[in-house]
Amino acid sequence: MTDSNTTSNGIKTIAIGGAAGDGAREAGINFSELLNELGYKTFSSFDYPSLIRGGHNFARISYSIEPVYADYKELDVLVAVNAESVLVHQHSLKEGARVFVEEAYLSEVKDLGIDLIPLPMKKIAEELKAPQVARTSSAFGAYGYTLGIPLNQLKMLADKVYANVGSEMNVALVEKGYNHVKKLGVPQDVCDIPTEHGEIGEVMDGNKAIAKGFLAAGLEAYVGYPMTPSTSTLQFLAKMAKKTGLKVVHPEDEIAVLNMALGMSYAGKRTAVGTANGGFALMQETFSLAGVSEIPIAIMVAMRMGPATGVATHTSQGDLQFILHAGHGEFPRLVIAPGDVEECFECAADALNLAWKYQLPAVILSDKHLSESYKSVTLDTKSKGPDFGKRAVPVGSHYVRYKITEDGISPLAFPGKANVVVKATSYEHNEEGEAVEDKADVQTMQDKRFRKLNGLYQDFAWFPTVKTYGDEWSDVVIVFWGSTKGAMLEARKQLKSPAKLVQVLWMEPFDADRIKAELSGARVIIDVEANHTAQLAALIREKTSIEIHNKVLKYDAQPFTPTQLAEEINKFI
Amino acid sequence: MALDLTTDIKITWCAGCPNSQILVAFRQAVEEFVSAGSIEIHNIVAGAGVGCHGKISDYLEINTFNSLHGRIVPSLTGIKLANPKLTVVGFSGDGDSFSEGFSHITHAARSNSDISIFLHNNQVFALTTGQATATSPKGFKGGTMPEGSINEPINPALIMLAMGATFIARTFASDIKRTKEIMKEAMLHKGFAFVEIIQPCITFFDTREYYKERVYWLDEKHKKGNLDCAFKVARMKTADKVPCGIIYQTFKPTFEELV
Repeated sequence: MTDSNTTSNGIKTIAIGGAAGDGAREAGINFSELLNELGYKTFSSFDYPSLIRGGHNFARISYSIEPVYADYKELDVLVAVNAESVLVHQHSLKEGARVFVEEAYLSEVKDLGIDLIPLPMKKIAEELKAPQVARTSSAFGAYGYTLGIPLNQLKMLADKVYANVGSEMNVALVEKGYNHVKKLGVPQDVCDIPTEHGEIGEVMDGNKAIAKGFLAAGLEAYVGYPMTPSTSTLQFLAKMAKKTGLKVVHPEDEIAVLNMALGMSYAGKRTAVGTANGGFALMQETFSLAGVSEIPIAIMVAMRMGPATGVATHTSQGDLQFILHAGHGEFPRLVIAPGDVEECFECAADALNLAWKYQLPAVILSDKHLSESYKSVTLDTKSKGPDFGKRAVPVGSHYVRYKITEDGISPLAFPGKANVVVKATSYEHNEEGEAVEDKADVQTMQDKRFRKLNGLYQDFAWFPTVKTYGDEWSDVVIVFWGSTKGAMLEARKQLKSPAKLVQVLWMEPFDADRIKAELSGARVIIDVEANHTAQLAALIREKTSIEIHNKVLKYDAQPFTPTQLAEEINKFI
Repeated sequence: MALDLTTDIKITWCAGCPNSQILVAFRQAVEEFVSAGSIEIHNIVAGAGVGCHGKISDYLEINTFNSLHGRIVPSLTGIKLANPKLTVVGFSGDGDSFSEGFSHITHAARSNSDISIFLHNNQVFALTTGQATATSPKGFKGGTMPEGSINEPINPALIMLAMGATFIARTFASDIKRTKEIMKEAMLHKGFAFVEIIQPCITFFDTREYYKERVYWLDEKHKKGNLDCAFKVARMKTADKVPCGIIYQTFKPTFEELV
């Protein structure tokens, strides 16, 4: 049993485990939504193998009255749809944890010395002629009972949570589960449901927030090819395409994805693509085409554990340096790595806007743990709108697509406009967009393109390139990026000395002055990353000459968990 | 003011290369559309891949998109989808669409994307100085296969038929008038139009005499709406005769209408 004091900060954690196909993931979302509706703040992650039936899947939700940034490993509640779920999680149970176990498997786990609450999920579903995948709804009822929620209120909440999948059947299952544990005499918690809370937000994952960020910045087209963990962005946008007129295409492969998207941008549609790191590897030559042809494009890359097919459904931060150096040749690019669901929204909007403002490829770098983990959020959707950049085409003069300008940005016109010829090309080119090999022409056009970076350097003042948290005065500084933010913000509560936390969001261009300012004067600097080679530390050294010696690196395809991360960091401070 | 479709860029194809005949045919097609008022010049986009054929985009004073080797087709689909009022054509090569970019042209045919592809088929990688492409005859001796190509050639028209292209034609570059007419038919066709242009490479694989002897033009007896007849004609390229003209034409909803 885990000592419950290690996470005694008012955060509770519940896991729902089962075989693939048992609906653990959907149950995780439903439970999160229930807690969210009650006024709690939630964070939930999903762990699943790359298969359709069997294996062990689980959803884990941590919740509190205060915002929660990562899920904890230590469990207050376990819902075990099969026996394996008990075996896998038995050592993560806190003292007094409630374990609801599918009654059919009770005999397999009854000798483990754990208090078990038998729940006939399968039988209840059969009685109500509900599909077995819905059986966790009775656990929803059982869990709701133990929270101390009156049945009528729980039914109302369930009606809302299950609205998308047909609530009538699920509400009936909820009621059965509720009454079952009531009859068993399972004790109810002293009700600590928040009576006062802020606005009840939405339970959302990073992929959906990225889609919403693109939409806020005026997305008109999205192209993608399914690959974990990027697929749900494509599916979310595909579902809304018919209603909204958004063009969503799933073509033959990732190479076609980016080439098709560049065609759409060239013709004037604000376009984004989404893929995983492996799919992005296929897009390299076309990424370079976007750079030289200065066609605006936003690209979501969601990392999973590589190399190659790697650990297909598990997380990693192993591709930062790959993205920074992606594509052959030299050209300006933007690479932003959000760290939580809210930042996914904001950074995706910024990426699409800045891609158009500077006519370059902009990557928003996510990972499995960020893309597919859910958090209670209230997105500030009004904070982001479309920025159309320099569109005005000089009237009367001969239009050239790649006009040499002081800021490096050439007026952008699209085919279909009278008296305008728009020539885009993969070749190095002159102002007209015709291939050149003359050395002066070659150098001039490269200089023009790279001058665009000066504008982005000015933009550092207006965008969150770097964020700091915690004890800003401390001489212990911890640097990290991406989804590691969540575990880091939680781990901070368990550090043995004060520390300043520094999150890097803009990877390219890199706000070197700001990083230098944040790291200078530190007695101890610790780098935290979910990769083998400390890629952020390498970037910091390259850009600032600051060498970070203390590293907490995790490359077992699992995200950091707060308690374990705090233990690792505490070794250095 | 007369329409001037030329640019200041010096043409670097070999003197006498049939690519220049294709360029002339296309310029004439565009001029005729524009002077007839049926298509506005700014509503035409011409794409190209990379290879000798791809140079054409620099020689045309119209909207162009000169893509990577093998990748022009999906970009053209994107352009058409983004702005359906554009007439979208693409120049490609046998290396550019039947070696490197094979998946793109087949899928675009399958989905009936409303674009026209003009395939400069010279049966050789010419810009890289003479290697076998997917359409080179078996036994073709190139730099990478000095003992001769070991593969049977792909017959582009046959592949396009099998993939569901709704307009398939073959023409011979030296017949500028017929090539122009077929280009116009292709551009007017609603759906995926594929035109194989036999374009002998006078430097690395000179087939001018071979084709001059074998090319013949389909007459009105050929039922272009009949798939079986089309398959029969498309297959004939490996025999002594090389039929040219519109091999097949049918109509079905386009990709851009359905998305």
